[in-house]
Amino acid sequence: MTTRDTARDTVLGRVHDALGLAPRSPVAVPRDYRRGRTLPDDERLGLFTDRLVDYQAQVHTCTSAETPATLASVLTRLSASRVGFPAGLDPAWLVDWHGEAVEDRADVPAPDLSALDAVVTASAAGCAETGTIFLDGSADQGRRALTLVPDAHVCVVDLSQVAVGVPEALARLVPERPTTLISGPSATSDIELERVEGVHGPRTLIVVVRTDA
Amino acid sequence: MSSTFLGMPARPPRSPYGEGHLRGDQAFPQAAARELGNRQLRDNLHKATRTIRAKRLAVTAELPDWEELRSAGAALKNEAMSRLPELLEQLEAKVTEAGGTVHWARDAAEANALVAELVAATGSREVIKVKSMATQEIGLNEYLESQGVTAHETDLAELIVQLADDRPSHILVPAIHRNREEIRRIFLERIPGVDPDLTSVPAELAAAARAYLREKFMTVPVAVSGANFGIAETGTLSVVESEGNGRMCLTLPKTLITVMGIEKVLPRYADLEVFLQLLPRSSTGERMNPYTTLWTGVTPGDGPQEFHLVLLDNGRTAALADAVGREALNCIRCSACLNVCPVYERVGGHAYGSTYPGPIGAVLTPQLAGTHAAKDDPNASLPYASTLCGACYDACPVKIDIPSLLVELRHQTTERTGRGAEQLAMKAVAAVMGRPKLYRAAQKAAAIGRIAAGRDGTISRLPPPLSGWSESRDTPAPPRRTFRDWYASEEGRRALAAAAEHQDLDETPEGER
Repeated sequence: MTTRDTARDTVLGRVHDALGLAPRSPVAVPRDYRRGRTLPDDERLGLFTDRLVDYQAQVHTCTSAETPATLASVLTRLSASRVGFPAGLDPAWLVDWHGEAVEDRADVPAPDLSALDAVVTASAAGCAETGTIFLDGSADQGRRALTLVPDAHVCVVDLSQVAVGVPEALARLVPERPTTLISGPSATSDIELERVEGVHGPRTLIVVVRTDA
Repeated sequence: MSSTFLGMPARPPRSPYGEGHLRGDQAFPQAAARELGNRQLRDNLHKATRTIRAKRLAVTAELPDWEELRSAGAALKNEAMSRLPELLEQLEAKVTEAGGTVHWARDAAEANALVAELVAATGSREVIKVKSMATQEIGLNEYLESQGVTAHETDLAELIVQLADDRPSHILVPAIHRNREEIRRIFLERIPGVDPDLTSVPAELAAAARAYLREKFMTVPVAVSGANFGIAETGTLSVVESEGNGRMCLTLPKTLITVMGIEKVLPRYADLEVFLQLLPRSSTGERMNPYTTLWTGVTPGDGPQEFHLVLLDNGRTAALADAVGREALNCIRCSACLNVCPVYERVGGHAYGSTYPGPIGAVLTPQLAGTHAAKDDPNASLPYASTLCGACYDACPVKIDIPSLLVELRHQTTERTGRGAEQLAMKAVAAVMGRPKLYRAAQKAAAIGRIAAGRDGTISRLPPPLSGWSESRDTPAPPRRTFRDWYASEEGRRALAAAAEHQDLDETPEGER
């Protein structure tokens, strides 16, 4: 038996002993907090936008048909010239954009992603009450490094994906996928509790909400 | 040790003495007296704790089901603790299934050696670190250094603390005791190649840290993290953070090593719906922290391709075996109790001597490391580092009854040590108070105590057996004359007559009240 097996057995044995010395009674978990909430589209959009803006994210709304024009205008305003996108992103989204669009591949070293001015992705879900977007590594969202290293992230969220609260949003996820929850751009309050946006992740977060999708 | 669970259960050992940061050098009263001399610390703490308190109250008030969430959070932690053996084995199986490797560590020494061995296997002499209480607790950075491996802290506050050769003073904001001017000086002295014209504007300081750390994120192939939650059902690990340094460490390196206390396991993925509401709102007063990373084993083409999970005991099973103290294991490290504590606000985190300061530290540290592992163990003083005002209980998102735990720990300490002199003194007081004549005589004698007082009318040191009391408090000098003397005097009679007249005028008919 190796040392490691011994450590495992010892720790598990100690846990058993601890519960033997001071047994716990069975626990019923009260789940009477708010779950399964719904809100009409306009209210959900209002809440989501309010919370995103409160976190210094920029929010744009458009219809599905307006996606290319909206993305082109957003990227132009960012003065971006090289924009990355994941392989599974709908190619139609960037047709109005005339700068350099770079498709990401898994073998591109992460430092190379620094050369991108921005990245455009879709998303897996949203949470209105907290102003959170969820990425799960699906083909239209890409690997995690892609939305982390560049300085600006433009994320397209369909209003139908936006849940009201945290329980409703988490229920939309596949647990085993690599998942990132994003609420505003990265921030720190470590120096005298003064909020500073953008320490390591993207310093700019732009959320494009498609109201009819 | 055998792996059979039959027969008499043995009491699990506390965290062994000597390794890690679960014990200070001085008892709390001495350490607190030292820290109280630091005006800057007190001003920073006052401002910071007041700000976070207000934010926390605002965002918790937003949720009409806050109390229900707290109850669910407390019950979920209790459930996890009562099902710990099966949940840990389930977590291990799921992580392994997803391509990760699970290791177990009985104590700090074993965990440190394990991590060092894993790092050595990668060939790297450097690691990047996500802020982690568990690795701070076991003193991992110091151990790695002794093995010739440099650990770079990447959380801004942890970086400040590390560059200054300092220790964290707050669970969540480890450099809360530093101001911007001090941080500017630390950066100028310690960050190679930093702009000499660096100002003390926080945004500029953060930018300097960004530039310094970016190179580390891009080149160091091994990261070490802690975990806020480990989900047994799916094998999913989670780190909750703000700056993006967590995402960098959890995503870019080839190898990820996560050190997780065994109490961090949760039964189901859906249980995150409770804790992702409780934790950010309680800790930073935000509706949600900017970034949360959830990962399950390894994902081809995305993130580290080698993942190691180290499950750490280091005294946790000892706490679990204590019917009362095990409640401290429910702590989700949000630091809400620190920010509402009148004692913490004045003395700061260093006075507690442990990785876990404040009210929760005062119960968790003695549970993990014991109170009599060393001679005059400083941890024995921790249960007394409180006014028992109860604010921490109100603030705790998982309803840990910290005041009751403190009282229980005090009770246990007294039972064990049986402070003879104190018990004797209390007996004497009881005897005197029961006899009016003796009591009057004692009061008169006490007036002599004024001789012991300084010019400010306080006595800073009492003779034994009362010296224990005066170590941490100034004692007001007894009055010149007793209340009885005053009451019997002409002055007393006049004052009482005047007060009685006043009361007549104030009297309002019962019905109008």
